Amino acid sequence: MADLASHGGIRSLGLGAAGRPLRGLADLWVEADWIRRLAAVAGLLLVAVAIATPIIAPFDPAGQSLLARLRPPIGFERAVPDHLLGTDELGRDVLSRCLHGLRLTLGLALFGSCIGLVLGTALGMLAGTLGRWCDTLVMGLVDIQIAVPFTLIALLLVAVFGSSLDVLVVVLGVYGWEQYARIIRAEVLKLREMPFIESARASGASGLRIAVKHILPNVASPLVVMFTLAFSNIVLLESTLSFLGLGVQPPIATLGSMVGTGRDYMPSAPWIVAAPAVCILLVTFVVQMLGDWLRDKTDVRLEER
Amino acid sequence: MAEFVLSRLIRMTITIFVIVTAVFFATRLSGNAIDFIIGEGITQEDRRILTVYYGLDASVWEQYWRYLGSFLDGQFGLSFHERRPVSAIFAERLGPTARLLACSILFTVAVSLPLGILGAVYRKSWIGSAVMAFAFLGYAIPNFVLATLLILVFAYTLNLLPVVGDATPWHFVMPTLALSLYLVAGLTRFTRNAMLDVLNQDYMRTARAKGLPERRVILKHGAKNASITVLSVIGLQVAGLAAAGNVVVESVFSWPGVGDLLVRAAILRDYPVLQFGVLAVSIAVILVNTTVDIAYAYADPRMRLRGR
Repeated sequence: MADLASHGGIRSLGLGAAGRPLRGLADLWVEADWIRRLAAVAGLLLVAVAIATPIIAPFDPAGQSLLARLRPPIGFERAVPDHLLGTDELGRDVLSRCLHGLRLTLGLALFGSCIGLVLGTALGMLAGTLGRWCDTLVMGLVDIQIAVPFTLIALLLVAVFGSSLDVLVVVLGVYGWEQYARIIRAEVLKLREMPFIESARASGASGLRIAVKHILPNVASPLVVMFTLAFSNIVLLESTLSFLGLGVQPPIATLGSMVGTGRDYMPSAPWIVAAPAVCILLVTFVVQMLGDWLRDKTDVRLEER
Repeated sequence: MAEFVLSRLIRMTITIFVIVTAVFFATRLSGNAIDFIIGEGITQEDRRILTVYYGLDASVWEQYWRYLGSFLDGQFGLSFHERRPVSAIFAERLGPTARLLACSILFTVAVSLPLGILGAVYRKSWIGSAVMAFAFLGYAIPNFVLATLLILVFAYTLNLLPVVGDATPWHFVMPTLALSLYLVAGLTRFTRNAMLDVLNQDYMRTARAKGLPERRVILKHGAKNASITVLSVIGLQVAGLAAAGNVVVESVFSWPGVGDLLVRAAILRDYPVLQFGVLAVSIAVILVNTTVDIAYAYADPRMRLRGR
């Protein structure tokens, strides 16, 4: 049952046999209701905007102009014509900073969730295939990771290694590995007893070959779903850390740190906070919506933390 | 049963010990904390004196031994910044955090139980959709964005609510809302699912067949049975989520609680405070988990055999 379900899942996600992916995606589109289609389009737009940011951003995100400080968005009194969303306390263009912040946020989240995926999958595979002490060790680590709320681990790591972009990537990369590891291990234990794995073993395939060629394709579907969920959580985590001043350091900005630093000017210049806050909402809405959709689609039982 | 409890307790002890050790060595990885506490521009002599003063001159193992010892005298070491026992600092911070958490959990329960029941009973009409949409929004809005927008609207624009501190009941309104939305979303979904499970049971049909009014069927026979699963979740998940959300919400509203303390400690690299915070929270989570495991095993003999 398990592998049937996951095969179905793979195909419906557009990851099936060669030549099928486009049809899979088209099927998905046809089944979706309008709000999910809207989310999908918005998601593609966000990604496109993030990729094209260096071309379309009207100003240098760090370029200051002290003469045009704290100007409101166009349409309000005292606005300066070029700055669509106004300027911040150093005269930097809010729109350009939002675009660059969006790019960095999405980039960091993508990078971080890839690290978590590789780390968690590798450990889960090791635990499942090698068994014995390796299994005990990995699952012990998983237990520990579950016991400590991740925000606290992030605080600890940032306090120890200082707050910089590199540290932030590591923190985001560590996030979620234990969820991958648990699911993968459970799947591997189930698959190990299947006839096709046994026959592979009987025909003399090495452990590594079985893991990569026979087990990995069968766990692809839960992995994809976990990846989307982890991605949306990592966007939130990154924004939260940056907001608290524990993420990237100025003058680089992500959406979270823009909200964090903009707070000081909230009474007089609410747009400095409002613009990135709305961007964050847009991103989290879209990502959560798509994640929910995939989860419904594949119906993988994921344990909520 | 005794064997199961024993194995759980041993695993719990090992886990706690590993966390305690990992936290200690993690905080020592970054080199000498003096550099960060004092900053640049002090003479070698002063630096040496301060290193001795903070007890950082001893070997790592001696420091580790001292660190374990500091758990025994009940002080948990001295804060690098305030030079006071960590336990005293936490004792001051515990009250406000407990009050905020209590407020938020009460609010969460009061809102999400009725919403979840409504969502399940009217799952096919617009009421059910509205409940699910609300639950979705709760998940998608990060609590710091919500907190910031609340401040923008209720404090700066409408001038209705105070922002900083915990002096009056009015100070509780915005932090409670900001902390609760995510919890409300989670618990509403959970209640709805638990209710849906219950609504399909045979005894619900029996209750209706007896001629009981619908209201009574749903509240007495449905909600009462669903509440068992819901209650077990409140204890575990909601408390865990609240601990994480607390850090953000408290620091936004300058709430004088544990979350705010931890963020400050992280920024100032006040290791004794930070490590105690991390340890206290994790040990609490582990204790609760182990208790629940044992309780389940007591109630359901099958669990004992499964081991993990």
